[in-house]
Parts: sequence; structure tokens; C-alpha cells
Amino acid sequence: MTELIKHHLTDTLLTAYAAGSLPEAFNLMVATHLSLCDSCRAQAEALEAVGGCLLAECGTEAMAADALEATFARISTGTAVPARRRDSCSVLPQPLRDYVGGDVSTIRWKPVGMGVRQAILPTSSAASARLLFIPAGAAVPDHGHRGIELTMVLQGAFSDEVDRFARGDVEVADEELEHMPVADPGEDCICLAVTDAPLRFNSWIPRLVQPFLRI
Amino acid sequence: MCKDASEGKHLDRKQDGARAENDWSGHLARIAEAQDRAAFAELFAHFAPRVKSFLMRSGATPTLAEDCAQEVMATVWNKSHLYDPTRATVSTWIFTIARNRRIDALRKDRRPEPEDLPWGPEPEPAAADVMAMQQETEMLRVAIRALPDAQRELIEQAYFGDLSHREIAARTGLPLGTIKSRIRLALDRLRHAMK
Repeated sequence: MTELIKHHLTDTLLTAYAAGSLPEAFNLMVATHLSLCDSCRAQAEALEAVGGCLLAECGTEAMAADALEATFARISTGTAVPARRRDSCSVLPQPLRDYVGGDVSTIRWKPVGMGVRQAILPTSSAASARLLFIPAGAAVPDHGHRGIELTMVLQGAFSDEVDRFARGDVEVADEELEHMPVADPGEDCICLAVTDAPLRFNSWIPRLVQPFLRI
Repeated sequence: MCKDASEGKHLDRKQDGARAENDWSGHLARIAEAQDRAAFAELFAHFAPRVKSFLMRSGATPTLAEDCAQEVMATVWNKSHLYDPTRATVSTWIFTIARNRRIDALRKDRRPEPEDLPWGPEPEPAAADVMAMQQETEMLRVAIRALPDAQRELIEQAYFGDLSHREIAARTGLPLGTIKSRIRLALDRLRHAMK
């Protein structure tokens, strides 16, 4: 299924992810996408190899005299880290399940109007992440963006002025894009959306609602 | 790891750097399979001072860098069974652990991780694949060394300096394509084996 993904993360995002300089919400987006997309994972791991080369050549700083003993002491109190394996039956990849506390059934949705629901995920304040639920066939109000907004489909699909987006596809929206995503009629659409600035809506009802969206 | 050595002889242009890296993946295997403390001590002597240097260049105080470097090396022990030598060299793998520790320590952010794709069903990764990954990483290292100073400094700033994502220019002309195809191949095989 990973081959079916058409819309990928940008190299700039993957570089920042590999370098470790993204805010938490964007890290969550990248980690979730990499769990579904081998193409982007390969690119991210290649960019991590750049970091590996820099580490190999970045010089040395002497460790404390008892550092090895102290590290063995830490090891003896720790435990082997279990693998966080793929569960092909779940809608949410593991990084999201870690935030939600389970799969889709455990998400605590809040209505935001017109049948659309959202669940804000707890991340650091530099950027925000939320899950969006768009009923089959429904539209998210026409909106623009003040910063960068990334939307990744987890279930169902949506279409807007740009293209159609299905599971694993990421739409990168910047200040230029004003769009009205519409969910495919067959299935409710669930997305992960992250943004580094508040959304702005273009019709007055959603604008009144916006303070409650906290995005 | 003897299998690696015999395979390696058939490859021309085998480089010292690649051989040294290869030795480290053997160390990790001994730690994962036999909790080999001597192998860990050697790995520690090589990598802990580099991790500490990396963290100090990222803005950590010597005390914090020492503490984090110990934590990173303890994580290396505890995650050694998840290391896949066909997808990353040991330097790269330890870099990712140090990077994540830096995010925890300096920014106090949570760091979401992708799902693990550990080497599962096959008992041992193919030696030729491991060797190829070492060699391509060595090519990358040579390419980074050969970059003009200004460009190399930009990359170093991006990886050490915690720059915002807007400040990083990704176009550096590094030979990432080959290494990416290599990783892609390893992932494809892994997915196929896990089905």
C-alpha cells in the first residue's frame, strides 16, 4: 500500500526532521507519514546518514573518568526497548496511537460545526496538531492559512482545488492556498493536520467558531 | 561477522573507513546477542566522546553533555537488537539516538518516533548488503569533506545548531540518491519478509 501514496513530504521537512530541528507537532506528522511511506523513510534515513557522517567527524570531548561504569549502572537499571511494530489493522500508525492512547475508537472528538469534528493533540506550543473527522461527502469550510499547514489522510479521502488525497497522502498548504477540502462520499475521512499558525476561515460563521478551534 | 570479511575481499576499492564501520556493527551484534560488555566498552570509548562533542556543539553545557552522552550509550545497549546494518551504519544509528536525546534534553519536547522496522524474520542480514551500506556511507562522508567550506558549515549548522526548518537549504549536491536506493531496497525486502 505504501506504493499508492502520491503526495509526499518535502525534502526541506525531511532534512529538518533528520537534523532534529522540527517542532513537536511537525515531528509527529513526519513520524506518522514515515510509518506509512517507505519512499520518504528512505529519504529521511539517507539524510540521517549525513548526520552520522558529521557525528563521526565532529571531534571528541573527554568523558568523565567513571563514565563507562556509570553507564553500565544505567544499563542495569534499564530494560531492553521493545520494537514498536506495525499493526496493519489499525487506522492510526503507532506514533499517533502513542498520543491518542489507542486507535480511532479512543479519540475524544469535539464538534466544530457542519458535522466536522476535531481532537487537539498535546504538543509543545511552537506548532499544533489535531485529528480531523470529516463526514463522508462533507466539506471543511473554505479557509486560508497564515503559516504552513500539513494535512495527512489516515482514513477515507478528500479532494480540493489541488488534487485528491487518500491514506498516507500529505497536502502541504501555505499562505497562497485557499481551499475547501471535500471528503469522498463513500467513507468518513480522518486526517492529521499540523500547523505553525492559526487557520483563518473565510465565511463569518466559521470565523466565530475559530476561537474554539484553538488552532 | 566472518561472512562479511570473506565477502569484502571480492570488492575492490574497499576503504579503511568502511572496514572500521563494519567492525562496529559486529560490536552491536555481540551486545545484542551476548550482552558482551567488552564489545560495549570499545564502542563506548569510540562513540561516547563524539556524542559528547556533538551535544556540546549543539549548545549543551559540559555537565549536561556528559549526562546525555551516558544516557545515549545506555540506550545503544538497550536498543542494540533493533539495529539494522543494511539501513544505517553504526555512526548514523547512534547519531539518531543522540539527536533524539538532544531534543528531549535541550528543548524538553516529546519526540514522536516512526514505527520500528527491525530486522525480524531473517536470522542475519546479508553481508553484501551490510557492506554496500558501509561503502555508500563512506562515499557520502568523502563528499561532505569535499564540499566548499561555506556549504559544509551550513550543513553542520543545520545538524548541530538546531536551526529552524526555514533556515535549512537542502540542495547541497550530496550523493544521497545511491544511499536512498539502498535503503529503499532494504525496506522493500523487509516489508516483503514481514507479510
